[in-house]
Amino acid sequence: MNHWNFQELHETPSQTGGPYVHIGLLPQQANIEVFENNFNNQLVKENTLGERIRLEGQVFDGLGLPLRDVLIEIWQADANGVYPSAADMQGKAVDPNFLGWGRTGADFETGFWSFNTIKPGSVPGRKGTTQAPHIALIIFARGINIGLNTRVYFEDEAEANAQDPVLKGIEWAPRRQTLIAKREERDGEVVYRFDIRIQGEDETVFLDI
Amino acid sequence: MSQLILGAYAQRNTDDHPPAYAPGYKTSVLRSPKNALISIAETLTEVTAPHFSADQFGPKDNDLILNYAKEGLPIGERIIVHGYVRDQFGRPVKNALLEVWQANASGRYRHPNDQFIGAMDPNFGGCGRMMTDANGYFVFRTIKPGPYPWRNRINEWRPAHIHFSLLADGWAQRLISQFYFEGDTLIDSCPIIKTIPSEQQRRALIALEDKSNFIEADSRCYRFDITLRGRRATYFENDLT
Repeated sequence: MNHWNFQELHETPSQTGGPYVHIGLLPQQANIEVFENNFNNQLVKENTLGERIRLEGQVFDGLGLPLRDVLIEIWQADANGVYPSAADMQGKAVDPNFLGWGRTGADFETGFWSFNTIKPGSVPGRKGTTQAPHIALIIFARGINIGLNTRVYFEDEAEANAQDPVLKGIEWAPRRQTLIAKREERDGEVVYRFDIRIQGEDETVFLDI
Repeated sequence: MSQLILGAYAQRNTDDHPPAYAPGYKTSVLRSPKNALISIAETLTEVTAPHFSADQFGPKDNDLILNYAKEGLPIGERIIVHGYVRDQFGRPVKNALLEVWQANASGRYRHPNDQFIGAMDPNFGGCGRMMTDANGYFVFRTIKPGPYPWRNRINEWRPAHIHFSLLADGWAQRLISQFYFEGDTLIDSCPIIKTIPSEQQRRALIALEDKSNFIEADSRCYRFDITLRGRRATYFENDLT
């Protein structure tokens, strides 16, 4: 017991975002006009490089009911696999027209959410590995005590997915499927469907990052 | 030669946080994964995060007393909240985006789903945002929120609180939480605070009255410091790239 340990600070504890998370993070969804610039689910600008995609889905609870008060954020690399962040040390040119981040709230009636973004390039992994193209995704909501992190991979990247160190690290191979977004084309638009099941059959893999 | 090279974020101490499944907070029962989280070695994805610049934000974005005022000032106790954001190793977290939201002085939220009888305040929106400075310092001005009833058990009340969200240097630091106010007698019985197992950690969410920084004839002041995860030093290799 009585060692003289180096005392780190403790991370501030998480608490639920609650049902009214929109007020602070998506005020326009709560009909509040207060800020000039509002964050949203549109990651693509006119000159952004890369294949335009729409990422959409619903989040389901343990009874299979959609969460209608959930907040979703995504973070991803640009089309060349570079993160627009000082902590990306690859030394490759970053797309100046891509923030890499978006935020949205599920529809209050249906629980549907979506982002308009681009398909990211592959990003280096550890020790010389390559990660398959993926999008980091986190959800916050009433009843979620600490944000749930997961990753979105792409159905049409089967070869890269098979080599991805994070997917391979999921011991129960069938569960890897919960991280693969399904591709479809709708009215000329590329749509990836990514449903999240917090609990129950086909529970999504959540990550401790 | 000594040079600090930053590697992955130190792994999260799960004892510092509430578990996903905390049945005293009933909504968590159906909204908690049954399987264990899969722990991954961090990659570039987790150590990077979006950057924001101060010019994206308006001058009143951190002033909740004025940023929604229509025909007068909002009702309630005027307060300043300030503090520092640093990482677990004590380094200041600069240029972090801090967003806050809250009920008004009656305990009512400006939200289509809030049905509480407490009065709306036409001059109060309840949201604000700011970036930390080079020292990790932040400050905002608001009205002290009121406590309010909620559906958990039949006669359940939340202590006064302000929700907050942080986006900093790395995705692994992403955090949403709530802070409370020193002296609030509802804190000890709140099922949401009680989801946090450690008393020391529950206390870390209580803002303390900061009398030295009251503004005479204007506002009282609370101090609230925030700690985020920090990156480890790597001495011999940096294998994140």
